[in-house]
This record gives sequence, C-alpha cells and structure tokens, in this order.
Amino acid sequence: MSLSFLLLAVAALCALSFYFGRQRAVALSGGRHSNLHSLPVHYGAYTAAWCGLPALALLLIWYMFQGSVIEALIVSDLPQEILEDSGRLSLALNSISLIAAGNGQHLSVEPEIVDAGRRLANIQTIASAALVVVMLSGAVLGLSLSYRKITADMRARNNIERIARYVMIACSAIAILSTVGIVFSLLFEALHFFTKINPLEFLFGLEWSPQTAIRADQVASEGAFGAIPLFVGTLLITLIAMCVAVPIGLFSAVYMGEYASPKFRAIAKPALEILAGVPTVVYGFFAALTVAPFLRDNGAILGLDVSSESALAAGLVMGIMIIPFVSSLSDDVMSQVPKSLRDGSYGLGATKSETIRNVIFPAALPGIVGAVLLAVSRAIGETMIVVMAAGLAANMTANPLQAVTTVTVQIVTLLVGDQEFDSAKTLSAFALGLVLFLVTLGLNVFALKVVQKYREKYD
Amino acid sequence: MAAVSQSAMAAKPSVENPKMTARNLDLFYSDNQALYEVDLDIAEKQVTALIGPSGCGKSTFLRCLNRMNDTIDGVTIKGEVTLDGRDIYDKRIDVVQLRARIGMVFQKPNPFPKSIYDNVAYGPRIHGLVNSRDELDEIVMTSLERAGLLKEVKDRLQSPATGLSGGQQQRLCIARAVAVSPEVILMDEPCSALDPIATAKVEELIDELRSNYTIVIVTHSMQQAARVSQRTAFFHLGKLVEVGETDQIFTNPKDERTKGYITGRFG
Repeated sequence: MSLSFLLLAVAALCALSFYFGRQRAVALSGGRHSNLHSLPVHYGAYTAAWCGLPALALLLIWYMFQGSVIEALIVSDLPQEILEDSGRLSLALNSISLIAAGNGQHLSVEPEIVDAGRRLANIQTIASAALVVVMLSGAVLGLSLSYRKITADMRARNNIERIARYVMIACSAIAILSTVGIVFSLLFEALHFFTKINPLEFLFGLEWSPQTAIRADQVASEGAFGAIPLFVGTLLITLIAMCVAVPIGLFSAVYMGEYASPKFRAIAKPALEILAGVPTVVYGFFAALTVAPFLRDNGAILGLDVSSESALAAGLVMGIMIIPFVSSLSDDVMSQVPKSLRDGSYGLGATKSETIRNVIFPAALPGIVGAVLLAVSRAIGETMIVVMAAGLAANMTANPLQAVTTVTVQIVTLLVGDQEFDSAKTLSAFALGLVLFLVTLGLNVFALKVVQKYREKYD
Repeated sequence: MAAVSQSAMAAKPSVENPKMTARNLDLFYSDNQALYEVDLDIAEKQVTALIGPSGCGKSTFLRCLNRMNDTIDGVTIKGEVTLDGRDIYDKRIDVVQLRARIGMVFQKPNPFPKSIYDNVAYGPRIHGLVNSRDELDEIVMTSLERAGLLKEVKDRLQSPATGLSGGQQQRLCIARAVAVSPEVILMDEPCSALDPIATAKVEELIDELRSNYTIVIVTHSMQQAARVSQRTAFFHLGKLVEVGETDQIFTNPKDERTKGYITGRFG
C-alpha cells in the first residue's frame, strides 16, 4: 500500500470517527444539547483528532528511524573486509540498494552483496507492510480510546482548543526550523569553503576569478576568491536603484497620500502597486533588451563609451521595480501621522507643502527610513535583473557605464550547470550566500527596529 | 425654522463693532446639512462660548471661522463669515494669511514631535515674522510667558515637546498659536483631555488672554462656559438657538431648549 493510500485511509478513519464521536455525544445528550458540556461537533472533532494525530505521529517517527535501522541490519551481515574500508562500504551499500530496487542485473559484484540486496528488498516489503499495520492500529486505537472517554460532562471543547494550539505550534515550528536549517546548511558549506580559502582573502581580496584547476599544470590554475569586486558591484547597482526609487517613490507617496483626490488615489495606487506584481524576469529582459541598448546608443551620441551590459541599465530598471515598495510603505507611515498634527499646522497658517515638509515628514521619518532600508535589502538580494542586464565581469569600478557583476549573479553562475560539490568554486557560492544573507538580515533587523521605535511614538 | 430665527433674534445675535460675524451660514457634509442659517457675532476682546449637546454643530461652526473645514473633503458652505467686515470666503482672501490672523487650539493637545522651542517658533518661521535669531528667541519667550508656561520649561526648551504633561502640552499649543500674533483665537474644547488642575490653569490663561485677543471657545462644560465667557451661544441640532450675555443665558434663558440643556434635562 503506497503512502498516499495510507494517508487517504487515515483520513477516512478520521471522518468515520468524527461521525461516531458526534453520534455518541448526541446519544448521550438525550436530545438536548445543553445536557452536554460541549457541542456535538466538538466531540466529533475530538475523536477525529485522537484518531488522526497518533497515526501521523507514528508515521513521522517511523520515517525518522526506518533508514538507519534498515541500514544497520544490512551492514551487520556484510563481510568484515568490506566494513573496514569506508569507500568500499559506501559502494557496496549503493549496489545493494540498486539490487533491492531491481536495477542491479548489470552489476558484477560479490555474491554476498547480491544476497544482501535480496535481503534488503525483503526487509523493505516487510517494513512497509508493518507501517500500514502500525499506523492503522494506532488510528483505530486512538479512535476507540477517545470514543470511550466521551461522557456528557467531558470537556471536549477545551480539549479541541488545546489540540488546535499544538497544531499551530507545530506549523510555526516547521517555518522557523526550515529557516534555521537553511541558515545552518549555508553556514556549514561556507565553513567548508573557508577551510580551503582564507576567510580574510575572501572578505578583503580585490580579485574575483573563481577557477579551480582540474590538473595542476593548467593555465590559471590559481583561482582568486576576493569578494570585494562583487560587493562593490552590488553596492553600485543598489545605489543607482535607490537614486531612482527613493525620490520617485517618496514623492509619489506624498502625492497619493496628501494631494490626490480620493477618486484618483483609488485608481492610481493599485496601478502603482501592479509594478510590484510584474515578474522580475520581465524587468530583466526589459533591462537587457530595451534599456541597455538605449543607453549604449545614446551614450555613443554623447561620445560616452557605454558597455552593452551596464550597471546603469540594471540599476535603473531595478529602481523602477522598487518604487512601489518605497511608495506604499512610506505612504502607510505618512498616513499614520495623526490628523491632529496636520490640523495643528494648518491652524497656524501653514500651507500643504510646509506641513508636509515640517511636520509630516519629520514625524514619519523613522518609518520612511525603515521603508528605504527594506527596499535596499530587496535590491541587494535581487537576482534576475542583474543576471540579465549587469554582466559577469567582476570589474571593480564606480563607473556606472561599465559592466559590473553582483553577488547574486555570481552565485547563479557558480551553481548553474554540472559542478563538483566540494571544489572551492562551488563552495564559494555558499560563502557569498552567507555574507549576503548576513547583510540583508542586518539591514532588515535595523529597519524593523527603526519602524518599531516609530510605532511607539504615536499610540 | 422661523421659530429658531425669531428666538435667536430676540436674544440679539448682533453686538456693536463685532470682530467677526456669521450670516445665514449653512454647511453640508456631502449631503448632510450640519449647520442651518447661523447668524452670530463675535465681540472683540471677549470670550464667546459655544455650548450645546454633542453633534450640535458647535465645533463645525468654530472651524468655519478659520476655514479649517476646507481641509475636509466634501464640505460645502453657504452664507457669509466676515473678519473686520471682510468676507473670509472671498476668493481674494489667502487662507494661509487668514489662519495666521485667526489661531486655533484643538481638543487634544497636538504638539509637533519637535523641541519645545521649535514648536513655538514654527508659526513665526513659516510666516517670516522674524529676521534674526534674537527676535525669534524673544517671540518664543514672550509667547511661552503669555501661555504661563515659561517658568516650567525655560530650562529645557530644546527637549521634546511630547515629553510634557497633557496640561503643559495644551498650554504649549496656546503659546504656539499666540506666537503668530493672531487677532482671534479659536479653542475647540481645549480642556476636555485635561485633569481639573490643568483645566483651572488653562481657564485662568484664557481669562488673561482676553485682554489682547478675541477668543471663541467650544466647551462641553457649562461651568466652564460660565466661568470664562462673557457671551454664550447655545447650539442645538445644527441651529443657533440662543445667544446673549453669559449671565443672562445661565440665569434667564429665553428658549425652552436652552433652559432644558442648562438645567441638565438633556444633552
């Protein structure tokens, strides 16, 4: 029985136990629901939960231990000489699992291994049958125990409440743990990288050419892993993007929030926010196919040497992409400035723009700073536009007309295609990812702190 | 409607040489009429109190006097409001200058999130009333002095105004209004967010300010109206029911509704 059928069977049992639980409660109530402590549905949900949850818990535990238990069983029967050599052992385990899956006909291996493969196939069949039995009996046991516990004054409602709480805790634990898991995998791979490359060289080196030699006598056998050019490129593009997004976003927020008539606002604000819904890949080819050639051709007219993949093109388009971020966040914080402050300023004879400049802006400033910082971390992490429009050359330059490359672009190029996973080249992607993550994390934390400080001010 | 006009007439809405007048003032929020044919004179260098139950239009009327209702969408106003005989709703009137001449203090203290000094200096700065730092210092000091706040804050002029107590904040708002040297000060329930001691201080202050400014105050407290005002106007359901000398309104109201409100039968 496959896993999906098993889960369907458990779901069916749950539905059944809901029905039974409810029926029993109705029967106990003697026709009047007020005789019960809780509503009949609570009893139904109670039995259903106690039927389904133990089964799922058993499934989870089973899968956590199945692999290692079976491996231990197989390994214990292998000859001593294979066990002593770890390389041979892992090769043998591979062949065993291939044979067990029925794909081992072409392998030429020792008879012990073939035997072990057959045994593994046996064990696996037994294990999956055992899982079905264990899960279904767990479900039925849960059902019958909880069914018996139902009495007129049992507090099913409170019980359900507690179960719901644990389910929610489990969900948030999954969210948090997976983030932690990602961070740790980044961290370990990065540490692995730092055993090959000196972290100081990585963080402060000025040259980036991630080569690892396959043969020792290869040309350019020494790779250079100095991340500074990448961060300079990222910074340059982010700066250009911010120069576009911050003024335009801020002024459009001011217009939408303070000047626009409600009618215009109702149309224009969603229209602006549509910008945020455009897939970044669309921005990417807009940058690469429209903006970059436009800049190059116009640069040529002015006598400037604009490369066809320029930081300027990528930065401009990224800025456009970030406008809705800045504008909708800062619109929110400006509209949170209490009306009484505006009234106070108007009452003193200030004009609209004086009020905005002298009262609303300073009051909303922390929130606006927070919005801008969030936008910056978005720009730093943005990948698609720069992959398509910024280029791959790790130039260390402040000239926006040249091609530069960013951290995200390099991570993409390092990991695309066939790679060995223990060379410094591939591992450097994790180190870059880690640093990028730390930078954006720091910015986000700082931005949230600033926004929180602002929130305390008016309440 | 006719009865209202008659009773208002009987109570003499007009005074000699009024600072401000309202004639036939109707106000609509979109389609809802909030004020009906209000005729009222504001006497110069006196305190005029506007009283009445919640939603009777007294605050709305007050906000007509410095065109604060312009900042609300969908408000239409008919009729005439004058300051020194000139219609303030005339197209040639600059609302910015008008509000510099008619200051306002709000229900809830609303100091700007700036220093105490900058709060008071806000008006003089935007109106270019001063040419030097010394002049500005002087205006700030005299305004704080007039608002009776100088003694309490003179050592911490640069600290944030939001750190002051509610009563101090409200007096700061009065100082802020005074700093622009207005002719009229409008107060919209200035004590409703204050405790009794702070209220007493503000009331005392209003009484002192009377010698220099024309004051219109909206209040829910009839005792406050009786204590601080010389003239009182009673609004009910958007209509001006009765206006007259404060003593007369409180001791001998002509209209049944005024009597009912003052004796606490409704409102």
